[in-house]
Order: sequence, then C-alpha cells, then structure tokens
Amino acid sequence: MAKKMTLIDLQFGKSDPATPICANYGNKPDALLEILHDVQHEFGHVPETSLPAIAHALNLSRAEVYGVATFYHDFHLKPTGKHHLKLCSAEACQSMGGRGLVAAVEKFLRVKIGQTTSDGLITLEATYCLGLCASAPSMMVDNKPVARVNVDKVKSIVEGLRT
Amino acid sequence: MIKIYVPRDSSAKAVGADEVAMAIAAEAAAQNISIQIIRNSTRGMAWLETFVEVETPNGRVGYGPVEAGDVRSLFAAKFYEGAKHQLGHGLVDELPYLKNQERLTFARAGITDPVSLSDYISHGGFEGLRKALSMTGAAIVAEVTESGLRGRGGAAFPTGIKWKTVHDTKADQKYVCCNADEGDSGTFADRMVMEGDPFMLIEGMTVAGIAAGATKGFIYIRSEYPDAIATMKQAIGIATAAKWLGHNIQSTDHSFDLEVRRGAGAYICGEETAMLESLEGKRGMVRAKPPIPALQGLFGKPTIINNVLSFAAVPFILAKGGAAYKNYGMGRSRGTLPFQLAGNIKHGGLVEKAFGITLRTLINDFGGGTFTGRKLRAVQVGGPLGSYLPESQLDLPMDYETFAANAAMVGHGGLVVFDDSVDMAAQARFAMEFCAIESCGKCTPCRIGSIRGAETIDKIVAGENRDANLLLLEDLCQTMTDGSLCAMGGLTPMPVMSAIKHFPEDFDKPARLQAAE
Repeated sequence: MAKKMTLIDLQFGKSDPATPICANYGNKPDALLEILHDVQHEFGHVPETSLPAIAHALNLSRAEVYGVATFYHDFHLKPTGKHHLKLCSAEACQSMGGRGLVAAVEKFLRVKIGQTTSDGLITLEATYCLGLCASAPSMMVDNKPVARVNVDKVKSIVEGLRT
Repeated sequence: MIKIYVPRDSSAKAVGADEVAMAIAAEAAAQNISIQIIRNSTRGMAWLETFVEVETPNGRVGYGPVEAGDVRSLFAAKFYEGAKHQLGHGLVDELPYLKNQERLTFARAGITDPVSLSDYISHGGFEGLRKALSMTGAAIVAEVTESGLRGRGGAAFPTGIKWKTVHDTKADQKYVCCNADEGDSGTFADRMVMEGDPFMLIEGMTVAGIAAGATKGFIYIRSEYPDAIATMKQAIGIATAAKWLGHNIQSTDHSFDLEVRRGAGAYICGEETAMLESLEGKRGMVRAKPPIPALQGLFGKPTIINNVLSFAAVPFILAKGGAAYKNYGMGRSRGTLPFQLAGNIKHGGLVEKAFGITLRTLINDFGGGTFTGRKLRAVQVGGPLGSYLPESQLDLPMDYETFAANAAMVGHGGLVVFDDSVDMAAQARFAMEFCAIESCGKCTPCRIGSIRGAETIDKIVAGENRDANLLLLEDLCQTMTDGSLCAMGGLTPMPVMSAIKHFPEDFDKPARLQAAE
C-alpha cells in the first residue's frame, strides 16, 4: 500500500521538483552537495522554495540546508545568466596579466564580477584556479576550459554565445 | 593503420585540441588516408599544446603547438609519416624537457589512452595492486613506510605512519578519502593524474584500502575540474566491471568500492577536516584536531586521507619496492615530486624530478625563463599560502626541510613565476583578500585577521602611518600564524611577510614618489 501523504509532505511539497533528485541519492544527507549541483543543473539555480523539500527529504533542518547552499560559491539561490563565464583570478593568471583581463572583460560585458549582463545571457564570475596555470590566463565558459585568454578571445566566444 | 595521438587533457582542449582532432579526421577522410586517432593523456608540456604525435618505426614524432588551421599544411608535409614540418620536434622521447626528468608517477603521461584498461596494464598498471592483494595490511604499510613517502598535498606528513594508525585502529568501518580539491594556484598535477591516468589513482587508493582494512573510498574532486570528474567516474566504472574494484577484487577476499564526490567551489575544502565535513554533506567548516582523522575521520570512523599524488606514488612503491622509491631524493625528502611550472614562464608544464633540484634549474633549464622575456622578480612556491621568493633564493634545493628553514614551503610543488612588472604589495594584499573570501569563518584570527590585514596593507601602500602600520601588520600575521585553527589562516602570513621581507620597496610607494619629485 502506498504511504499516506502527511500534512508535512503536503506542506513541504512532495510535488517539489527537487524531491525526485533527492530520491536519486537515496535521500542520504551526505549527498547534499551532489543534490544541490543536480538541482542547479536542472533549474539554472537552486530555488529557495525547494530548500524545505530538500530538508524534508534528507531529514535535515531547513537551516542546515540553507547553510550549505549559501556556504559554497558554486550555488546560486537566485536565477543567473544562461551562460557562466568564469575568469581565473588566482596568482598564476595574475602573473600573466589576469587583473587587466578581468577589468577589460568587465568593460566589454558592461558588468562587474558577480553580475549578469542585461540581456540575461552571461553571468561573469571569478574563480580561483582552473588548473591551467601553465597556459595562463585561463577561464571556463560553462564547462569548457579556455587557456591563453585575451580580450579578443572573450569577444569571439561571447559572439558565438549570442548567435 | 597510422596512429595519431591528440591529447584529451583539459590543458590541450583549452587551446583547441578537440578542433585539431576533428580537423585531422576530416582531412584524412578527404585525402583517403587511413588513420586512427587516439586521445592520449598529455606529456605535460603546456606550451606545445596541442601536441600531436605520430607513431613511426623509430618511435613517436611530435608536432606542436598545432592549431586546427595548421592541419592542412601538416598533411601537405606528410606529417603522418613523421616528416619534417616547421611545427615538428622530432622524436618525442629525445626531447630534453622529457628526457631529463625522472618520471615515476607520470611514467605513462602522454603515452597511454587514459581510459584504456589494456593500455594501463600493458604499461605496468596494477602490478602494485597484484602484489598488495597477496600481502598483509601490515606488510603493505611497512613497504610504504620504507619508501619514505610523505604527504604530497603540502603538509608532508609521513604516509606510512598515517596508514599504520588507521591499520592499528579497530573499527567496524574504515574509509579511504582522496583529497582532489587541488585549489592552489600554480598546481595541476592532480588534475593531470585524474584526467590522464585515472587507474593509477584507483590502484593507489585500493592498495590503501587493503592496507588499512577499509572497504569504501571517496574521491573529493573540485567542481572546477569537470573533465577530471568525468574521467574518474568513467574509469571507476571500467575498473569495477573488470573486477579491479568492487566485491572480491580479482577473485580474492578483498573488496573496495570507490565513489566520486564533487566539491562546490570552496578552497577551504582542501583542508582535510573541512573536506570531511563537505563529504558528509555539510558546510566546509574546519574541525578542531585532535581527534585526528586517522582515528575519527569520515562519519567518525578511522580514515586515511591523502592527496592524489600520494596515492599515485603508491603503485610504483608496491611494484618496485619502497627502497627503489627511497633511492631518489635528499635528506628526509625521499622520492620524486612532480613540480609544476606555472605563471609567467616560457615552457610551463610538469617536471617530475627527485627532491634536491634547485628552483633555478627548474625555472631556467626546464622553464626557459619568463614568458614575457622580462626579468624574473619573484617566484611563489607552494600555492597561495606559500612564500614569494626573490631571484637571490633560486639556488635553494627543493627539499621540505631546506624550505622550512628559509620561511618557505615546497607544498604541492607548484611554482608561479612573476616578471618585474609585478607589484608585490598588490600580491600581499591579494593573499589577505583571498583568505577573507575563502575562510570558513570558524576561527577569529583567520576570519577577521584577513580583512584587517587587507585594510592595513592599503594604509601602508597609501603611506598612512607606514612604519606603525607595518609593525601592526607583522603583529597581526603573528597572531594569525599562532592562533588559527588550520593552515588557511595559519599560512596566509607566509606570502604577506615574504613579500614585505624580500620586496620592501613595493610597500613604500608614496615615499618613493615624493623622492622622485
């Protein structure tokens, strides 16, 4: 016989889209980071409205789930751009003009690090090391690594994303 | 059939290796030449990527850096027969950069297909595990202890002692955790292992599991390494299917399961106890020690935690014996370290050498000096928490004790080179800034000290009570060193104080500007 829906189930949304993702991991609390990654992959961000459902599924408090979702730089609680452009801002890239590159890309995209372009296409982020330090400066466009980056390379990649 | 090798490492993909492979396939089809393209691991010569190799009767011949636009002219020159071309480098095995290395851990780098089990086995893979399967845990621990291997993550703790502690502790469940949160700028050797030779890491961790009596392992990989995550997952699937992992490994009584877990962009999770918290699905907050993880680690159980390179050294040690590994190195630093030449350097990449090599040899002989051709001014060794060393200290031999005696650290073996355009006050400020961004916030010296540190450096650079503020900064650094829970706050003063000590002129700009007027 199917388990009866309780008031808590209804309140914390058995119907929430994050619930089946938690089930994929056997509702194990130690899989919380994996779950948040998958939720973000599916929806582009981790909707704050899904946090209670995740907490309920993993038998954690809402505060614990919120605490984890806000601790890690990767997770966004608010919608972000369609694409993520992460510029490496660590020392090896700094030694190859990384600071100037960040400034130039900010100027070109007309956003600051952490912001999204007005057309919602690109969120510009800083990252600290992509492991491409022997061919700096580097960046990551969504999941694609790019090395020996200069402003022209960024411009042509952004053009590609626009079309 | 002609065999052509195009690396699949992300350092090659990042400069267009996928496009090069596609262009080669298309051109070969158009010219009706029968070829086989193998996506091998990288040789670790980043400046030559995309480094295309062709198999010839005399050995492999290399071409690089190749871009998709070069493919047509390579075909015109008949590169597929190993012919001369302006991008040609001749026989790969004869290249001094590779020939002068001592590659024990990276013996297969650039040679094999990372996810080919038959490639791995035909190049010496699983020899160590085969031996370990017939040994007692204590005998394995003794072999690792004999090798003199010390933790390659940076702390350099003797691996044998750590393993023995877990081996000697009784528990219903033990774990093996691989710290693959390689967040230090200037390091990429872990990434190269995971993308280029994943079975080696699997083998090393399985040996650790057998040694300690652990049946479950986790590899904690940072999310900035999507290719490493995908390759490791694929390799674990292949190894499990071939009974090199899982239940009753190779029909013995030993069982070991391995799982990949993704990080989420927190540098602090490279600290072992923060990593454990993260593996448990929590905020990456550092734990107070004791208890040490070897006694109470993941889920409170005895846990072996090692860096990728430590586990990766184990197959060689088991296969060839601890004494063979110990033969390399100097003093108490035994074996080899994969050095990573990074930043403003002409020939950046991976150089595996025995301990004792000098920075100057690494940077000048292997690295070819700065990328820009300007004068070298500083080298940061050992990641963002390592010291900035001036040109005058380049003759220090790379050895844990020598570096410690000179207020520096070897760390994970990463070298970031800076030319004379660097502003060392800005680098010192960044060290504090980075600590403020990445601090877990648990202890005060790190959480607040880093912010006050950045503010104080700003005041010094602005010429505001310079001498008093320098004194204050020094005092603050001492507090962070002595009072922080972990290496994040405890070592951030290293780059700061080394910058002040070796490059004081950069902290005195207003005075110099006034003097110039």
